[in-house]
Amino acid sequence: MYSRLYKLAVSLPPLFWVVLFLLVPYSLMFAHSFWITQDGSIVHSWSLHQYSQLFTNPLYATVFFRTLRIAAFVTLFSLLLGFPLAYFLSFHAGPRKELLYQLVIVPLWVSYLVRGYAWKTILGTDGVLNGALQYLHITHEPLSALLYSPFAVVLMLTHIYTPFVFLPIYASLEHIPRPLVEASHDLGANSRSTFFRVILPLSMPGLLAGATFAFVLTLGDFLAPILVGGPSGTMIANVVQSLFGAAYDWPLGAAISVFILFITVGLLFCTERLEKRWTFQ
Amino acid sequence: MTPAASTSPSTALLEVRAVSKRFSEKEVLKTLSLNVAQGEFLTLLGESGSGKTTLLRLIAGFEQPSAGEIWMNGERLDTLAPYKRRVNTVFQQYALFPHLNVRENIAYGLRANNTPKQEVAPRVEAALAMVRMSEYSGAKPTKLSGGQQQRVALARALVNRPQLLLLDEPLSALDANLRKEMQGELKSLQREVGITFLFVTHDQEEAMALSDRIALLKDGSLEQVASPREIYAHPATAYTAQFIGQTNLLRGSVRANVAECGILRFPSAAANGPVLFSLRPESIFLATDNLSIADPVRFRATIRQQFFGGSTELLELVCADSQLVRARIDARGPLSGEHEFVFSAAEAIRVTP
Repeated sequence: MYSRLYKLAVSLPPLFWVVLFLLVPYSLMFAHSFWITQDGSIVHSWSLHQYSQLFTNPLYATVFFRTLRIAAFVTLFSLLLGFPLAYFLSFHAGPRKELLYQLVIVPLWVSYLVRGYAWKTILGTDGVLNGALQYLHITHEPLSALLYSPFAVVLMLTHIYTPFVFLPIYASLEHIPRPLVEASHDLGANSRSTFFRVILPLSMPGLLAGATFAFVLTLGDFLAPILVGGPSGTMIANVVQSLFGAAYDWPLGAAISVFILFITVGLLFCTERLEKRWTFQ
Repeated sequence: MTPAASTSPSTALLEVRAVSKRFSEKEVLKTLSLNVAQGEFLTLLGESGSGKTTLLRLIAGFEQPSAGEIWMNGERLDTLAPYKRRVNTVFQQYALFPHLNVRENIAYGLRANNTPKQEVAPRVEAALAMVRMSEYSGAKPTKLSGGQQQRVALARALVNRPQLLLLDEPLSALDANLRKEMQGELKSLQREVGITFLFVTHDQEEAMALSDRIALLKDGSLEQVASPREIYAHPATAYTAQFIGQTNLLRGSVRANVAECGILRFPSAAANGPVLFSLRPESIFLATDNLSIADPVRFRATIRQQFFGGSTELLELVCADSQLVRARIDARGPLSGEHEFVFSAAEAIRVTP
């Protein structure tokens, strides 16, 4: 079929890419996580010191659990927004479907940073929201808690990840053969019961994929906390960033990264198995 | 055509009263009326686009009529939500729930209708046994063959004891052999459960084999409603004659009780003027077969082509006036040249164009 040379030419570039940009950096990170720092420089002596720090220093646990909590809320809220949206578009939008679909997708073309800064101007003490609240005499002075809080991080990330959650759910809803819905009505099930017994179970793969998107992307996010999070909204990726930067403690930063990486991979493994269990065609 | 005539209103389970259906510009059903008797196996037969599936969907409740009413058992049906109708459907592609196993699929309707728990299991088991699928009760539909899925779809519908079962080309996805087998099963099943079947197909042979009556649709209107034997022997229109079985359409005119279609002349009671007759190929015989036929009409024709069909052969004949006639005779080996043929004048059925 294909010559040996052709096969080599085709497979070398991706191989090179994977080795240089994935295997090497991950190996370096993995190695670093077992090293230690002494007098401001990294010493290549193998130990589990970083990992023991990770589990004994309460600061890391606090930030880690806050990150999990924020990721859980972002996942929940983007599902609560994304699923009904996808359901409406797929089943009830009629001829407006295409247009509405494009409208949902449009924000994805806008830079993440721009959307972040937009939330800053909305939530700030001189921001649009505070201005409106005071104008309507609901509050008398600007609420400072709106910006620089975990709430702001959840709000911003929910806004950003809802289209990511919407897309796989919409795709799985579109894949449900409509005769199944008719068959359910035909057999005496009303719309509510049809939703819970046919539509929801059959959209599980999309729902799981969407939830995984939102959760995993939030878990590793560090821009939202910087832009709108403040000290109380610091997340685990910010800790990693500062350890690799100002603190110059690469081994500890690497240990945290490895820890997060394992959690993420474990999560992806679980959701993929669940998705398979809920796939029938 | 008055389809209601052959069913007295007192025994009609389903009454379709002057129903029209239009999708934007297109009128799919044109003021159609049809009665279906209790316990009847009625087939809606027609080409694709004739409106037969639309009529079924109106009765199931998946579409709303643009005009007219549908009644069942003396109650208005078309205003009811689909899930409130005592009508169940066997879908063309079966539409089994892929996330539920065979037993759960069959129990779906019973659970949706809040059937008492202790009643569900035995009824599901009975339905499984009825379609001989008991050993597959735990299987997911995707693991079953087409015929098995078909049986599950039947059981899933019948377990609810509907007053009317709608079947939307349920056999069209099966291969020829399985199809014949399932036809037999369907027919005996219908006798066994005594439920009224409204069956949609585009296959005239299937319609003939299964039905008590056939309602032939053309462009959203009923062409003829009659028993298979009646519709075959006495097609009312040229379309019916051609759609159900094969036929020769003889065009000609009647004068003084004699029909003249090219070289064919035979007595006819029709009024003077242009006429159209349907003459089935199997009504034409070789004159040498010396059959005693009433009112024989003889003609000479040349055999142009011969198609062997096992027990019969189809002959393509060219008459002296170059009119083409098809005859189906018992198999007898190769024939050629000019022969004399004969048919009974009573077999030439007058049809409207």
